[in-house]
Order: sequence, then structure tokens, then C-alpha cells
Amino acid sequence: MAARILYCHCAYARVVPPETKDAVLDGLACAEAEFEAVPDLCEMAARKDPRLAELAAGEPLRIAACYPRAVKWLFASAGVNIEGKAAVILNMRTEPAERVLEGLLHDER
Amino acid sequence: MTSVDVAATRVVIEATRGEGTDRQRRFDVMRALLEKGYAVSASRTVPAADDDRVRVLRHADYANGPSALLATLDRAREQGGRPQGGAWKPWFPVIDYQRCTNCMQCLSFCLFDVYGVSADKTIEVRNQSNCKTDCPACSRVCPEVAIMFPKYRHGPINGEEVHADDIRREAMRVDISALLGGDIYAALRDRSAKATSRFSKERDDARALKERQTCLVALQKALDVPAEVLASLPTSDEIRARAAAAMARAREATGE
Repeated sequence: MAARILYCHCAYARVVPPETKDAVLDGLACAEAEFEAVPDLCEMAARKDPRLAELAAGEPLRIAACYPRAVKWLFASAGVNIEGKAAVILNMRTEPAERVLEGLLHDER
Repeated sequence: MTSVDVAATRVVIEATRGEGTDRQRRFDVMRALLEKGYAVSASRTVPAADDDRVRVLRHADYANGPSALLATLDRAREQGGRPQGGAWKPWFPVIDYQRCTNCMQCLSFCLFDVYGVSADKTIEVRNQSNCKTDCPACSRVCPEVAIMFPKYRHGPINGEEVHADDIRREAMRVDISALLGGDIYAALRDRSAKATSRFSKERDDARALKERQTCLVALQKALDVPAEVLASLPTSDEIRARAAAAMARAREATGE
């Protein structure tokens, strides 16, 4: 089963290096992969956006965002449990773009 | 294809990898949409036509850059009464319930009613938008380092894994009691009693203000509280009233 890919742009803060965000987004587009890109997971969680549940439903989930502990509990704060979904969370705050893309796309390549 | 989610509306664009200038334009439009608060989804199935939920975005819509497209989407968003992206920096506490012991210190500490207690008497973040941007103070008073602010600069408050050293370090900062010379609520009550007594004899507003300033500077340094948050603190009487209410809720929730 192909994994669903979710990319967070962390649009409203400067904590993710912009060059990493750009490289990951460009890499996803160039790979012609199916993916969901959201402006800011924190904002979605605060609004309890029902799309979070849709994104987490079904396939295994691969997420490019920030620290896995933060992402997991952000989803939980919106009432969405991603723990049992074999979710892989890649941290754009600390990982280079190449490693993030490798983690997101290894089935697509 | 690539689709753009604008709350109730989804905008879908042709998804080809693109080469040269076209590839750059596609990237530019995706980034611009995200920066402005629109979600973008890339998919291999294209809706046949627009409807009230989906708008198909053609190459011509972004061939000359994202400006015209964004203006159209912004207009639709405004007409639909939806908030502009980035109107609020999403800054609020996120609780790691694997660490949280439901001690209610955060509920007692926060003066802005960010926290509440659920029906099953569990601490919860109830009013995210009440939280003061860039203020991580409640995470500093959490004895279990269970409160995260994902947009904070440093770990473990930003969500980094918590290590034993972090707990010891945070515990040192956390000791508000030590900082203020004893139990904070007892201290407030004592101060109030002493102040009432003293002020009745020698009311000295300047001295009281100076004491308050000294205390606030100590808090600001210890908890990394932005100056704007301190400037927006309620009055002493309001603080006492809120603290009493928070303590009552915390005691009720913990059954003390």
C-alpha cells in the first residue's frame, strides 16, 4: 500500500530553515508524487480542522514537519490519533532535505 | 494534478513535473499558496470540472506568476467570510499526555484561561487563542516537561525528546516557589495582607510599583516571558481572583 505524504510548510514561524522547506517541496513536485501540503499543522490543530482526520485516514502516513513528539501530540490535540497508523515523521528542523525526501519518497523511486 | 484546499473550496491544477520555466512557476505558485494559508494537494486524478468544492486550476492561471491567482483566491476567501492565513500566529501549548501527570500546575499558573479541565477531570488546552504569542512560561512550570510549544526555539519545549538532564534543568527553573520565596498563593495572600496593613499606615505606590517591577523582571528572566506579556498582565486584584478560581478548579479536578 502506497503511503500518504503530508508536508507542513510551517508558514507562520521561522523555525524550519526555508532552504529545507523549499528543497523538500520542490523535490516532491519533481517526483510527481501524490502529496498533501498544508500551510501550518499547528493552525490546523488549533482549529481542529476535520481535514487532519481525513489526512490520517487509510494509508500509512509519512509526514515532513518538525519534531515527531510535537507532531504526534498536535494531531492528538485535534482528536486524531496517528500512533497506530505506522506514521513516519521526518523533522525538517534538524534533518537535511535529502534525508527528508528519501524518507518520504523511498517507495516512489 | 495538484489541488489547492481553500477551506470549503479546492482548487486543482494540472500536475506535470514541468521543465525549466514551467517547473519554476509551478514551484513558485505552490509556495506562494502555502505562504498565504492555502493548502495544496497533489494527486493523479483530476476532477472533470469545477464545482462548489473544487476549482480546477489550469496552466494559464499561473503561467504569469502567482499574483493574479492569489488575488482571485483571496477575494473568494474574503467573500466567504473565511479568515486570512496568518492572521493569528498559531502559538499555543500542546500537551504530551504520555508525560503529563494531571497535576494542574499549568492551570493554576496561566493567567489567561488557556487551560481547562475536561469532563473526565483531565487537564486540556481549551482556549488556544488566549495564549500569549512567544510566551512559553507554563511549559517552564510543568514539572514533567509535558508542555510543548512546537514553534519555540529550544528543546525540549519545541518537542525534542525529553532527557533526564532536561527534567533536572527545567525543575530548577520551575521552582517558582523558590523564586518568590515560598508557595506562590500563600505569598500573594501574605503580600496582600501585609500590603493592606502597610498601606493603611504608609501608602507608598512608588515602592509597591518598584517591588512589582523587580518581581516581574525575575519572572521574565526565569521563564523567558516576552515583555509584551508582562505588560498585558492583569492587575494584582485580578491576578488574585483568577489564581483563586484556578486553584479551586484544580483542587476540584484532582479531588484534593
